[in-house]
Amino acid sequence: MMRVSKTLNKSSGGAVSGSWLIWAVIRALVVILCVMTAVFFIIRIVPGDPAKMILGEYSTPEAIQKMRHTLGLDLPLWEQFFRFVKTLFTQGDTGNSIIAGTSTRALIVERAPVTLLLIGMACVLAVVVALLLAVLAATHKDRLADHLIRVIPTITLGMPVFWVGLLLILLFSVRLHWFPVGGIGEGWTGTLYSLTLPAITVAFSQIPTLVRSLRAQLLEVLESDFVVTLKAAGIPSRVVLFKHVLRNSALPTLMLLGVNISYLIGGTLVVEQVFGIKGIGSLLFSSIAKRDFPVIQGIALYCAVSVVIISLLIEIISWWLDPRTRGKQ
Amino acid sequence: MNSIQIDSPRPMGGRKISVASRVWNTPSLLVGGLMFAVLIGLAVFIPFISPYQPSEQNLSAFLQHPSAEHWLGTDQLGRDLFTRLIYAARTDLKIMVLAEIIPFCTGVFLGMLAGYYGKWLNTLISLLTDTLIAFPFYLIVIIVAFASGAGERGIYITFMLVGWIVFARVVKGLSASFREQEWVASAQTLGLPGVRIILRHLLPNVLPQAIVVLMTDMIGLLVAIVTLGYLGIGITPPTPDWGTMIADGRSFITTAWWLSAVPGLAVVYTGIALSLVGDGLADLWRKK
Repeated sequence: MMRVSKTLNKSSGGAVSGSWLIWAVIRALVVILCVMTAVFFIIRIVPGDPAKMILGEYSTPEAIQKMRHTLGLDLPLWEQFFRFVKTLFTQGDTGNSIIAGTSTRALIVERAPVTLLLIGMACVLAVVVALLLAVLAATHKDRLADHLIRVIPTITLGMPVFWVGLLLILLFSVRLHWFPVGGIGEGWTGTLYSLTLPAITVAFSQIPTLVRSLRAQLLEVLESDFVVTLKAAGIPSRVVLFKHVLRNSALPTLMLLGVNISYLIGGTLVVEQVFGIKGIGSLLFSSIAKRDFPVIQGIALYCAVSVVIISLLIEIISWWLDPRTRGKQ
Repeated sequence: MNSIQIDSPRPMGGRKISVASRVWNTPSLLVGGLMFAVLIGLAVFIPFISPYQPSEQNLSAFLQHPSAEHWLGTDQLGRDLFTRLIYAARTDLKIMVLAEIIPFCTGVFLGMLAGYYGKWLNTLISLLTDTLIAFPFYLIVIIVAFASGAGERGIYITFMLVGWIVFARVVKGLSASFREQEWVASAQTLGLPGVRIILRHLLPNVLPQAIVVLMTDMIGLLVAIVTLGYLGIGITPPTPDWGTMIADGRSFITTAWWLSAVPGLAVVYTGIALSLVGDGLADLWRKK
């Protein structure tokens, strides 16, 4: 794929943009197909019989046989795969929940809004805080503020996100009573208010990597010729920073978020568990407790496909906004 | 270490500086190494330091505050928190190191193959990494760990499946850039077989960078082990583990907050140590 886009970039014109776009979309589609296959195999490659895991250690052989039949596990592998793909394309999910009986898609769609809201809030928080810190560090290069900010990743890299959540609950909910301990409040304001602490927790895990890359990014722009020229022309450094430098680092920030989106989703699932939020994360854990394989597979599928689509969109947006990145992809 | 110097494509510089003095001049490596050594020392000698056993219950002395007798207090079953904390370090650090071995070797090897040979092998490995990377890390870790059964075995299987990606990606990029360089071309001209070039010449040159990545990756792995323990699909009680300790302390967050806070601090401490070692090694190899 790399090779193709490299050679394409040697020529110029509209045809190139078209082919790049088509290649990017084809690659994403191929990855989505691989993701689907991976979801199918995910419960089959690991040792242990899913039917036995659902029913428990002391189940009778007959019951296990019946469960294997319900799950279609008694069929040959290729037929199982064929069924899986068929359900995927007709129902848009991984079959019905063993426990609830409803389609996994309905279950996921019902829980998705809270999780998406939490991810959105965390993204905004992470970007705002990371940008502030990065600007502070880059404009005070090699001074105290910069040194302090550069230490952050070293310290926070080993902080388990659920532990940070617990400490925040301890400080802001138990001691200071600023925020509820968990759950979701009523109405829009209630929801936003009760999701604040979880969003801070998720953002906290993203900020170190964002700050590190953004600082490097900002320094590169600050030391570039056009900024030096602007400053030499007598334009106040504040104007240069906010009007030119930040604008130039908006895109790298977006791309960074794209790279981290997969990690962000994973962290959110764990944080939901800590704060007792009924989103995709709690659906995952309750399905795990009930051994509801189709739902677990469905969550894996929806998350992974969203990641592929979001990455593709971000790639397209940055390619569209910034001609300079076109050569790099 | 020696082979790295011999095979290095970069000039060695005029003055030869001994390894010891180079290490001495890299403070982050020294501090990180010392922090890690202290932890390992405690973990090894804990039976001689503490009079308690990690699972020794004393229901008449539960949830005690830190004292001379119990340095960090006791938990809800009257077990000495400090003793459990250090025994948990044994569990978690052992799994952290063992679980990295296979992913590290696989990742470095696949990365070199993909980077050196390119073409369809590169496409195939890229597709595999792109697919696995699409699954949120914690999602795939949780699902695989659950499906392969709670406990140590589940953790090893999980990281064998997903842990190699990060090394493969870094090493692939490095190997591809080395392939363009003269020393590889001259080795090829000499008629050396690909396997020999990869193992004898490419490997020593990608290894330093891979080891730096390994340090950061171990932190992520440790946090994942602890997270799985916290969620109840990792290490199973009564084996001491920082994750289950944090989970157990959750019920007492209002009365004995340190039960959850201290094991988390142990993870953070280990993270800082490994992070410093990683930064230090990167500095060390850059200076050379």
